[in-house]
Amino acid sequence: MNLIILNALVTPAIGLIFWTSIVFILLIFLLGKFAWKPILSAVKEREKGIEEALKSAEKAKIEMARLKSDNERILNEARSERDALLKEAREIKETILNEAKSKATKDAERILQGAREQIINEKNAAIVDLKNQVASFSIEIAEKILRSELSGDEKQKTLVNTLLKEVTLN
Amino acid sequence: MLLAKSPIKSLILVLFFTLVSAFSEKLTASSQNDTALADTIEKEVDIDITEVAFEHILDAHSWHIFGEGHHAVSIPLPVILETNNGITVFSSSEFNHDIKGKIVVEKNGERFVNYKEKIYYASDSANQNGQYLTAKEEGKELIIENASPLDFSITKNVASMFISVIIILWLGISLARAYKKTGITSAPKGKQSFLEPLIVFVRDDIAKSNIGTRGEKFAPFLLTIFFFILINNILGMLPFGANLTGNIAFTLSLSVVTLIVTNVNGNAAYWHHIFAPPAPWWLYLILIPIEIIGIFTKPFALMIRLFANMSAGHIIIVSLVGLIFIFKTLLVSPVSVAFALFIDVLECLVALLQAYIFTMLTALFIGTATADHHEHEHRDEEQHEGETLSTQNH
Repeated sequence: MNLIILNALVTPAIGLIFWTSIVFILLIFLLGKFAWKPILSAVKEREKGIEEALKSAEKAKIEMARLKSDNERILNEARSERDALLKEAREIKETILNEAKSKATKDAERILQGAREQIINEKNAAIVDLKNQVASFSIEIAEKILRSELSGDEKQKTLVNTLLKEVTLN
Repeated sequence: MLLAKSPIKSLILVLFFTLVSAFSEKLTASSQNDTALADTIEKEVDIDITEVAFEHILDAHSWHIFGEGHHAVSIPLPVILETNNGITVFSSSEFNHDIKGKIVVEKNGERFVNYKEKIYYASDSANQNGQYLTAKEEGKELIIENASPLDFSITKNVASMFISVIIILWLGISLARAYKKTGITSAPKGKQSFLEPLIVFVRDDIAKSNIGTRGEKFAPFLLTIFFFILINNILGMLPFGANLTGNIAFTLSLSVVTLIVTNVNGNAAYWHHIFAPPAPWWLYLILIPIEIIGIFTKPFALMIRLFANMSAGHIIIVSLVGLIFIFKTLLVSPVSVAFALFIDVLECLVALLQAYIFTMLTALFIGTATADHHEHEHRDEEQHEGETLSTQNH
């Protein structure tokens, strides 16, 4: 009895071979077409996507580092430029100040000079005027004196005498 | 048969037979005169465990759920026979649970009996046991002399296989649809997150690592083998499940497909190695037959490995539960159930492992058949040249 059962255990049944072969081969084609192909391609695509994402992240990192160093460089440049600008401005300010100062001094001197000249001129004019006035006053005085001196005959004679005395004949 | 491989089923079984034995004791106690009935019940408890175990792992024409003999509850399955009068189809329920060759089914002008789940042409008259069979006794063994038609029935194993196909197609196609729907930008979820690692594992660690760059071409084939075996292994472990992957016809068919795929894809180097192995010519007389036998032994080993592993697990579990009936005491049941549970958990691992091993070895065979042997030789030559150069330099 046991031998028969054992025999049955290791004797492949034709029906099951038939059905298994049909089912398995059908399954290979059906799954291959409708399941594994889309699944495998999707998985592969995802893997590719992940790989690309990682790569671009790495690239972005490098880019970031480059940008950072660039920024630093630009910042440094800007800083030095600012310093240069400030320095220049300071210089310009100084020169302008100096120029202004010297110009002011010059102007002041010039004005003073002019004033001085004008004063001298005015003084001279005043002196001339004064002289003229003094002359006219003198003449008037002289006239008045003369008039008073020559108001009588006596007086006229004395004067002529005096004058004659003064005039020494050489 | 009732004895089962799952612990839940074992528990139910234990309870059932406890009731039966209790009932029989009561019967023998109350009515000593009714010895006939008591005898039959005694007989029923006195089961041949070996027969039960083997019947449990063998194929059947109906899907048995529970019960014994004519009172058994089972799902009838179609019987398809290629007879002398052409193809005959009828329901397995027409045998009325008989597997002793006692009930004759007349169809299409022919008469059939079911003896131990094998269909024979019935003899004209019954023998002394009421069986429509002509048997010859050889020692203790009965040799059936009746002819039998070609049996293409949808047996329990075939039905189980159809269920597995539905499950696999549903898994595969719904998974493919999930990828189409959610696209590849979102993380896998649900079934995807469980199956994707398995699929990637088969593709990378089985196909690519054994076949190389051509591995991707064979990935769909290997994935089909892997999931077909895995799902059927798991289905076989469920209560009422069929022992499909522990059936030699099933493993034979898979191995034949592997054999064909391997040899169809075998390249020149592979055939060169078989018919002109790198050996002195006078050794060819021995080597070529060995190499040709080698083509067949590889898939043969695959066939035996899967069949033996799955069958052995089932036999062990049935035997462990059978200990209760061998010792005829319930005291053994905790031990039986504990061990059966342990083996069942082990079988979970084996289910996955055997699917992996079958797929991995298939990939390995394909890999050796498609490998470029020349590449290796060239590499060796280059190495040698490098070595000679370096020695010259010294």
